[in-house]
Amino acid sequence: MAAPKKVGVQTVVFSNPPVVLSTAAIAGAKEGQGPLAGTFDKVLEDPYYGEDSWEKAERRMLQETLEKTIAKANIKPQDIDYLLAGDLLNQIISANFVARALAIPFIGLYGACSTIYEGLAVGAMLIDGGFAQYVLIGSSSHHATAERQYRFPTEQGTQRPPAAQWTVTGAGGILLAASGVGPRITHATIGRVVDLGSADPYNMGAAMAPAAANTITSHLSDTQRRVEDYDMFLTGDLGLYGKDLLEKLMLEFGHDIAPKHSDCGLLIFDRVKQDVHAGGSGCGCPAMVTCGYIMQQLREKKLKRVLGIGTGALLSPLTTQQGESIPAVGHAVVLEA
Amino acid sequence: MRLFDPSKPLEIQKRQYQQMAKDVSPKPPVLRNCLWAFAVGGLICAIGQAFLSLFLRFGLNTLDAGTAASITLVFLAALLTGLGFYDEIARYAGAGTIVPITGFANSMVAPAIEARTEGMVLGVGARLFTIAGPILVFGIVTAWLVGVLYYLFGPNPPGGS
Repeated sequence: MAAPKKVGVQTVVFSNPPVVLSTAAIAGAKEGQGPLAGTFDKVLEDPYYGEDSWEKAERRMLQETLEKTIAKANIKPQDIDYLLAGDLLNQIISANFVARALAIPFIGLYGACSTIYEGLAVGAMLIDGGFAQYVLIGSSSHHATAERQYRFPTEQGTQRPPAAQWTVTGAGGILLAASGVGPRITHATIGRVVDLGSADPYNMGAAMAPAAANTITSHLSDTQRRVEDYDMFLTGDLGLYGKDLLEKLMLEFGHDIAPKHSDCGLLIFDRVKQDVHAGGSGCGCPAMVTCGYIMQQLREKKLKRVLGIGTGALLSPLTTQQGESIPAVGHAVVLEA
Repeated sequence: MRLFDPSKPLEIQKRQYQQMAKDVSPKPPVLRNCLWAFAVGGLICAIGQAFLSLFLRFGLNTLDAGTAASITLVFLAALLTGLGFYDEIARYAGAGTIVPITGFANSMVAPAIEARTEGMVLGVGARLFTIAGPILVFGIVTAWLVGVLYYLFGPNPPGGS
């Protein structure tokens, strides 16, 4: 027997769409100078944020984001059934250590930069499945901790190729509830891992675009919807060239999303003025943009239905050095005002 | 012909997609990078030459003055790295800041700064050479190979008269 809430090959439809009760976003200094500055709850001027390591600073930023999210919803941490969180660092230490402090039953997630959308999809399933009343979701990245782990020391004198993206410093938190007032999650499409042979870690947009195309195409066919049914297709961090590639791929799949397509990596920075090459990236990028700007637009009903697609490049420095290509995934949820 | 045909086998899709990605991806501004590298790299060498002349005037012999000039450049590069300026210059200058001895200093100081949170031994001590290490290894191997070749085919061959 087919699963009752599943449609098509990889999409679920929620019978009681979970509600986004509250969101919070904290940004680093550079992100705080970008065009979305006004949509963040707080901007950190110091990359150490008063701590003695960047890793600790990232944890403090994520913890504070989640505490703000809880405070805004006016509920107690004990009321929350699950915390779903993840980040880019090895063994998702930011999320694990924050979970220790918050003491909410914790499911650690790793979807690289797609983590916040992976969390939204899984969290909404937990709620609509009747396993939870409240689910807290969070994700973060820090420019310095990510650069250290994936690329070079931050003070190393290197020249980045033009397709490279800037890993953002920031965190986003979302509290989902079974009932209440706020934007709702009506569908989720869990992505397949797709790899069309891109192996350049300085061009993640090219590696991730096929995964996003696969998920969007499946979503549209599973739900029997058309591009016109959405106000916006919001991808996580494809950057300038990845965005272009996704739009080209979607045309080949028979859908023209270009006029409605936005990418968090391009929204968060003034690409040219802030010298970030192809745009922003990192777990924090889709988390901050979704929890800040996009949720505001939905609450003000300026956007009515958004397909948000978190995109993650599932590589490690080891696989790159061993010459492997980059597998990628895109997880999508439908957000309705 | 279609740019990308999802009905084709995966290997063909990969080939088509890589061609698409290549067409879209930006080319690095080679001429601009070369000019920057030439100007900044040349400037670093000119500064080195100025120090060399200065040390010679102070009465050091040529060999010692050269060593002192190198040490001074290494110190300045380490200082600029620590103050956070070196990577900003390198962003434009590229090879102009990487190739001179200052680049070597930068590549040791940059990991050392970050690794201090992991302690002096397994942090700074172990990571100091993460970037400079390969340069040393292959520099020494090359020097050794050249030495062997010189020994075998040089002006005074072994066993020769």
